[in-house]
Amino acid sequence: MDYYDKKQNRSQKVTKYLLIAVSVIFIGVMLVLPLISVIVNSLKEGIEFYFKSLSTEFVTSALGVTVMATLISVGVNTLFGIIASWLLTRFEFRGKNTLSTLIDIPFSVSPVIAGLAFIMTFGRLGWASPVVDWINSTFGTDIQIVFALPGVVLATIFVTFPFISREIIPVLNTVGHDEEEAAALMGAKGLKIFRKITFPHIKWALLYGVILCTARALGEFGAVHALSKTRGQTFTLPLEIDALYMSGSADSITASFAVSSLLVIMAIVVLVARNIVEYRAKKEK
Amino acid sequence: MKKPLKVKHKVRVIPGFGLTMGITVAMLSMLIIIPLASVLLYSLRLSPAEFFGLITAPNVISAFVTSIVCALIAAFINSIFGLILAWVLVRYDFFGKRILDGLIELPFALPTAVAGITLSKMYSNTGFPGGFLSGIGLDVSYSHIGIVVALVFIGIPFTVRSVQPVLESLDGQYEEAAYILGASRRKTFFKVILPEMFPSLLTGFSLALARGIGEYGSVIYISGNSAKNGTQVVSYVIMQKLERMDYSSATAIALVMLIISFVLMFAINIIQIRRSRRVNAM
Repeated sequence: MDYYDKKQNRSQKVTKYLLIAVSVIFIGVMLVLPLISVIVNSLKEGIEFYFKSLSTEFVTSALGVTVMATLISVGVNTLFGIIASWLLTRFEFRGKNTLSTLIDIPFSVSPVIAGLAFIMTFGRLGWASPVVDWINSTFGTDIQIVFALPGVVLATIFVTFPFISREIIPVLNTVGHDEEEAAALMGAKGLKIFRKITFPHIKWALLYGVILCTARALGEFGAVHALSKTRGQTFTLPLEIDALYMSGSADSITASFAVSSLLVIMAIVVLVARNIVEYRAKKEK
Repeated sequence: MKKPLKVKHKVRVIPGFGLTMGITVAMLSMLIIIPLASVLLYSLRLSPAEFFGLITAPNVISAFVTSIVCALIAAFINSIFGLILAWVLVRYDFFGKRILDGLIELPFALPTAVAGITLSKMYSNTGFPGGFLSGIGLDVSYSHIGIVVALVFIGIPFTVRSVQPVLESLDGQYEEAAYILGASRRKTFFKVILPEMFPSLLTGFSLALARGIGEYGSVIYISGNSAKNGTQVVSYVIMQKLERMDYSSATAIALVMLIISFVLMFAINIIQIRRSRRVNAM
């Protein structure tokens, strides 16, 4: 019996280390190697070239557009996320499941289709194009949506739409709504209930959602690619990376990796922030 | 015995139902539903014959086959590695586990275009490990294998994060019972643990599949987009049609894609509802 146990133990240990080795190799080759590869490729022409390729007019403009689109979509989606998750967890109503499924649509729709959807709405063939024209001629404005900054912002909002509500809803479901009900019965108003009771429960989930949303918004490519055509004006960082990479010369490819390295740093910051948030949230529990 | 009081209409104590409902539906419609409906509206203008003509063009069919087959293979690979990774992260303790756990989300955090150009460069015959692989006759970049590699990269978090929480909450007593009753460890795994995790594995598989079929940024650089070799994916074809102002084709293909993703989403929902029923029944 003793011998059998020992043998069993040893085979367990072998399995354990084998599986850990497989995992480490998989993560190493599939995930870590690409990160290293970006950095190595971006520094191919030396540190001076690296900083030079980061300070071109195209890159600074793209950085501006990216930051603007990200800030707006994080703002819009935070508002939506909080309101929608309040609705979906605090009330029972018909069609709740359908509504919840509809909010998740952007998760499963190809980003290219998101771009196409806005072109078919606001583009020359879209039904909303006369509406925009009417607004422009009536108010003397010059609003362009497709192939202009509003289109870039709309596309970014589309692809990140469910990110924040998806993080908050499970938390609010677990907490339940007894506390809010009690507060409401004692006469507290909606905003006060939210501030004093709901918000403390969801703050980490909200922060996590904001982090994910930011990461996705900074890096969105497909949807924006369909809606943005002017380099130096409406291009975001990923589009600038694409333009540099596709122009094909060895220098511009290195430059595209240099711009990529900015987004890699961002990705690493996001991962670290995510871990800190998760750790703090667990600790508070 | 006194019957409990039955309230016919549930009274809503918490304020804000009308307001939150209004804002949610308004924002959802304006930002998501109406734009997508425009795609539907436009493709409805095509006659059925035109529609089928457009979506059965040889390069479109070939793109659908490429996208679906590559996404299926990648989702299958991801399910296997997702299971292994989730198992390792839940059941074992070892040095560097937290870093490994944190890295799983990298494909979510890394912009797809960055992943795309990097993978393409790595697996081209001048990169590492591409140079080595092409030395043994395996060209990854600009082939279907390249597409699968990109989709494995993109999809791995879906499977790991679907399986991990279920494995964490799995009650040890069933395993113990199986073990005491004399089942070998392998038999316990395949007969007790795996069936328990199968729904979550299927969810992860479907999520990775849905993402893979529509993937654009990470795939288009490594695939080479050659019509001749059949390495164009559906998203690329839609983009190509858009650039050529061929809106009829673009919307027709997009509509088929939308239907595929809705069917997948529906399937995922059913799996999850059945699973929660099963859990509640226990």
